[in-house]
Amino acid sequence: MTLSLNDIKRVAKLARIEISETDAQQNLVRLSGIFDLIEQMRAVDTQGIKPMSHSQDMVQRLREDIVTESDQRTLFQSVAPQIEDGYYLVPKVIE
Amino acid sequence: MLNASLRQLSLLLSEKKISSTELTSEFLSRIKALNPDLNAFITIDEEKSLDQANVADKMIAAGRSTPLTGIPIAQKDIFCARGWLTTCGSKMLSNFVSPYDATVVERFDQAGMVNLGKTNMDEFAMGSSNETSYYGPVKNPWDRLAVPGGSSGGSACAVAARLAPAATGSDTGGSIRQPAALCGISGIKPTYGLVSRYGMIAFASSLDQGGPMAKSAEDLALLLNTMVGFDERDSTSLQRAEENYTQDLEKPVNGLRIGLPKEFFAEGMSSDVSNVIEAALAEYRKLGATFVEVSLPNSKLAVPVYYVLAPAEASSNLSRFDGVRYGYRTAQYSSLEDLYTKTRAEGFGEEVKRRILIGTYVLSHGYYDAYYLQAQKLRRLIAEDFRKAFEQCDLIMGPTTPTVAFNIGEKCDDPIQMYLSDIYTSTASLAGLPGMSIPAGFGSKNRPVGLHIIGNYFREAQMLNVAHRYQQVTNWHELTPPETSN
Repeated sequence: MTLSLNDIKRVAKLARIEISETDAQQNLVRLSGIFDLIEQMRAVDTQGIKPMSHSQDMVQRLREDIVTESDQRTLFQSVAPQIEDGYYLVPKVIE
Repeated sequence: MLNASLRQLSLLLSEKKISSTELTSEFLSRIKALNPDLNAFITIDEEKSLDQANVADKMIAAGRSTPLTGIPIAQKDIFCARGWLTTCGSKMLSNFVSPYDATVVERFDQAGMVNLGKTNMDEFAMGSSNETSYYGPVKNPWDRLAVPGGSSGGSACAVAARLAPAATGSDTGGSIRQPAALCGISGIKPTYGLVSRYGMIAFASSLDQGGPMAKSAEDLALLLNTMVGFDERDSTSLQRAEENYTQDLEKPVNGLRIGLPKEFFAEGMSSDVSNVIEAALAEYRKLGATFVEVSLPNSKLAVPVYYVLAPAEASSNLSRFDGVRYGYRTAQYSSLEDLYTKTRAEGFGEEVKRRILIGTYVLSHGYYDAYYLQAQKLRRLIAEDFRKAFEQCDLIMGPTTPTVAFNIGEKCDDPIQMYLSDIYTSTASLAGLPGMSIPAGFGSKNRPVGLHIIGNYFREAQMLNVAHRYQQVTNWHELTPPETSN
């Protein structure tokens, strides 16, 4: 398969990473090489094989729906770039 | 003192021949002297370390010590430690002072170990050379022109240069074993699910696993006894009966069946590495082990499968870094979207961005089945290969890496060559199997070579036993880099 410059730009947009024209060009070259490597994998016939997401094939552990953590908002917000009255500040989303 | 085993240090401490404060001070002054050149640590905080040493000394005085109380340990900067700068090697977290402890850190704290500092690493653990760190490359203490490997390169360097008696690492595709091999130390990645991932900054969650790095298998066993354990806070943590990893260390290994995958002993492995591995196997023959050829036919697919699964999971995990709740935020922005995209463009390095782009692509609409699902199916085939191999043998051996450490800068422009240095380690990672690397000699340019031991699930005690017996008849693990032995 061949990647296009538009693919790179589209994916960067989806990943919320600003990308310059030069960076997009450079990534196109690098990523095309990596996808050539990845292509080897696509050629294998895997019909009927169950995907493996975890080596122990475990099931999700469930617990009672009760409060287990204490309120540490002040502590956790102490590392935030910008807060006000206990809220995280971001640029206005709705005019 | 610098070359003492953890057991020896433990004895000196409990017999009060040395205090934890003295021991910690000695390592801190060594770090001060050698770290400016080696760059193994991102953060050191003497006051914090010495406070902990003081607490440890009180524990010992009160007779409440564990075998690890008072011994310093360096923490890979992927583990959150309360009150410590925790950067994960990234500009994105260059201002992040963690408000909480990772379970691994908490467990070592409770055992009375002293946090000696946070070690350098590839950014978000994405790299095999420690060159992607925002904090600059780490040097290999055996040859300062060479990389230490990665991503746990700082931890491997710190132990090899005797800046720390032990360190933590994390391994997604080889990040404990590859740097352990290239720096001539011992390191083990346990079975996936044994060590809690809570507070260990996520890269690829279905593969990430913490583990110890130290001079010998015996040291690793002691560390694992504290590091392993069920954790409610990690959804993939395994609930198992407690195990004593030191109990089998002295068992004889005669009759042990060692599997040699023919695919690992084929083209790709350089001749200097091959010679060292052959010599290591000859030692095992002398110890009474037998050899059987096994086959892992799908292992050639491990690297491509890994480079679909790991970036896919990384692209999801790293979406949390948005400049809103913690970490770096761009200075100038006009909208929320602008804040996100600029923060992420400036906060992430090139390799991290590259992997996020790959991951986003393979998970995007119309491509999921062709890439992610296909990779997960192949992952099962790779795990099946191992299952069949373990019907014929007790454990598997081979080289940890195809070559000795390469030079700093040598592979920076060629990501694929870099990725291929994880070829042997990523195969075991995909299967979720435990793997370890122990020093086995020296290859070209007198750079270390590691012997890779892959065990069946939960066979860590057996692997440590097999490694320990080898270390009783060889002294590779006791050798120190010439320039740092002052």
